[in-house]
Amino acid sequence: MSDSATLEAVSVDQDAGDFVYPEDYEHDAGYGLSEKTIDYISEVKGEADWIREFRKKALNTFEKKPNPTHWATKDLENIKFEDIRYYLSKGQRPTRTWDEVPDDVKETFERLGIPEKERKFLAGVEAQFDSEAAYSNIKEDLEKEGVIFVNSTEGLREHPELFKKWFGKVIPTGDNKYSALNSAVFSGGSFIYVPPGVKVAHPLQAYFRINAENFGQFERTLIIVDEGAEVTYMEGCTAPKFETATLHSAVVELVAMDNAKIQYITVQNWSNNVFNLVTKRGVAHENAEIRWIDCNIGSRLTMKYPGVIMKGRKARGEVVSIALANDGQHQDTGAKMIHAADETTSNVVSKSISVGEGRSTYRGLVHIPKHLKGCKNNTECDALLINSNSRTDTYPAISVRGNQHATQHEASVSQVSEEQIFYMQQRGLSEGEAMSLSVNGFVNDLVREFPMEYSVELKRLIDLEMEGSVG
Amino acid sequence: MSDNLTISNLHATVDETEILKGLSLTVPKGEVHAIMGPNGSGKSTLAKVMAGHEDYEVTSGGITMDGAELLDMDIDERSREGFFLAFQYPLEIPGVSNANFLRAARQARLPKGEEIDAVAFYKEMYAKMDELGMDRKFTGRSVNEGFSGGEKKRNEVLQMMMLDPTYAVLDETDSGLDIDALKVVAQGVNAMRSPDRGFLVITHYQRLLDYIVPDVVHVLVDGRIVKTGDKDLALELEENGYDGIKEEILATA
Repeated sequence: MSDSATLEAVSVDQDAGDFVYPEDYEHDAGYGLSEKTIDYISEVKGEADWIREFRKKALNTFEKKPNPTHWATKDLENIKFEDIRYYLSKGQRPTRTWDEVPDDVKETFERLGIPEKERKFLAGVEAQFDSEAAYSNIKEDLEKEGVIFVNSTEGLREHPELFKKWFGKVIPTGDNKYSALNSAVFSGGSFIYVPPGVKVAHPLQAYFRINAENFGQFERTLIIVDEGAEVTYMEGCTAPKFETATLHSAVVELVAMDNAKIQYITVQNWSNNVFNLVTKRGVAHENAEIRWIDCNIGSRLTMKYPGVIMKGRKARGEVVSIALANDGQHQDTGAKMIHAADETTSNVVSKSISVGEGRSTYRGLVHIPKHLKGCKNNTECDALLINSNSRTDTYPAISVRGNQHATQHEASVSQVSEEQIFYMQQRGLSEGEAMSLSVNGFVNDLVREFPMEYSVELKRLIDLEMEGSVG
Repeated sequence: MSDNLTISNLHATVDETEILKGLSLTVPKGEVHAIMGPNGSGKSTLAKVMAGHEDYEVTSGGITMDGAELLDMDIDERSREGFFLAFQYPLEIPGVSNANFLRAARQARLPKGEEIDAVAFYKEMYAKMDELGMDRKFTGRSVNEGFSGGEKKRNEVLQMMMLDPTYAVLDETDSGLDIDALKVVAQGVNAMRSPDRGFLVITHYQRLLDYIVPDVVHVLVDGRIVKTGDKDLALELEENGYDGIKEEILATA
């Protein structure tokens, strides 16, 4: 069914992520969240006072904001904030070589194939283990051109002016309960700056690994791409299968200056116990382009709606997403496209697959105000149901004012029919193989948008999910 | 070990209605048998039951393929063991290219861990497509999606050629085909006739049998084989219609 040589080279499968090393942390903020937790994090990191203040204000906002259960799932109420540990690390400074990384952490990333990928096709890698990056490196020539690729802790320390200018501007603390939570306890994540005109040819990659049980990972990523510059950033995520719930709540802010291009690719493969509540948004200035390519596999509940604010004329925003919800999983994903200038264009293509009792939800928001001219939006969302008890819902909200715009919305729901499976089985494929072939066929045109290495990995992840879904 | 496909006293129901009522026949390797019958006689039911479709329940009787119990095997296992069904209405599989589908089917026949030789596979597939007069563009197109009736049937024959079955059942392969397509499909089937393979050709009309000349013709009426003869039986049916046969049976009963 697939080129196994390529597969082996890049494999990160679900079970490959299901292992854990004993806990041995230098810094542990303990269970529960209070001002003391924040003081602990700020002290360990040696942060400036403004950051500590920023965090405390955010904590206040977090505590005041209710869970959005008037529209979102009640499952959010099952997150026990007092049972979570908010900061765990083995040290503050990531190493520049894999040799210096502590053995168990190094083994973790080796098992996930990260160093190998770095050698093969990446321009830079950051590997985060629980709260902090254990390893961070960028190719020398990029560093010479002025490209900055560090974790957020280091970014705040080494580049405070640049950081402060954009930090919390695209996604304000109070955007939602979980962006406030992240703002209070953030740690790790990437800080990237690409100077004007620099086109980073190979992707920069971050890998987020949760190792500890009852832990929350709150990385904060800020990517600023200056005029005419380009970058592709990829993130991968895994966690072991614990009995108890784990929380992952990231905030990702992107800034694309005039004529800049950012492509942000996510392949998440969380285990079934992870609440994955992520806020991602970018601002695209004149003629800039931001593309979110988002693949959500695994987790207990994912809520994620990457957005683009098209602030400059002719800016373009795109969200291409694939979500696969298996038994006991709910993928609540979508996109937000805010048109804030003339002749801006947005495109949303979303495909979701629901297997067994899995549930997928699409929520889309497209906003085009009356005073603008020549804006375009295209939204396509297709859902595939594998079994009759799977579930899919679509909630598109398209608000277009004025009559000088073009919007298009298409949605479809299809089901892999028993006759299709019978046909494929008659040709010798097992039921699982037949399903995984249909699912791969369904997402095929989107998978092509991923870099080759990732599309192969994605296909493999789908195969594994489908294999496990039949008797 | 018997070298044939044997159906013995097969009874099968769908939604508790009995459709096959004691059907028996034997297709030895190397022979082409035709089953002809009027609408509703159970032709397609027989094809589906042989392939293992879940909607059909076998209430008694059996089918053996070279001595092995076909009904004990899963759908996909039957295929890998050498049973092929060319569908009357081939299914569309959006997003899955013809080449990938065939490749997956071939891969499923290899022992675990063994990888298909892609170069040899494509070479073989191209050669067979040429034989069937299929344009190369069909390798990249989704399985049967947007294919005309004739293209779908041709694609069934391509799959059959690539999977090289021991026994092949062709379920009304002639339906929806114009005469040119019919000739091409028949050519493909004829090229596959061999002492190591048996065919069961299910058809409503005699026309197909002008091009795939059968060794034996069975007449299926109301879930049973009511008459068996040589290829001339098909011509006779064409002339007198199924009513003629029914009358004949009634007269002898």
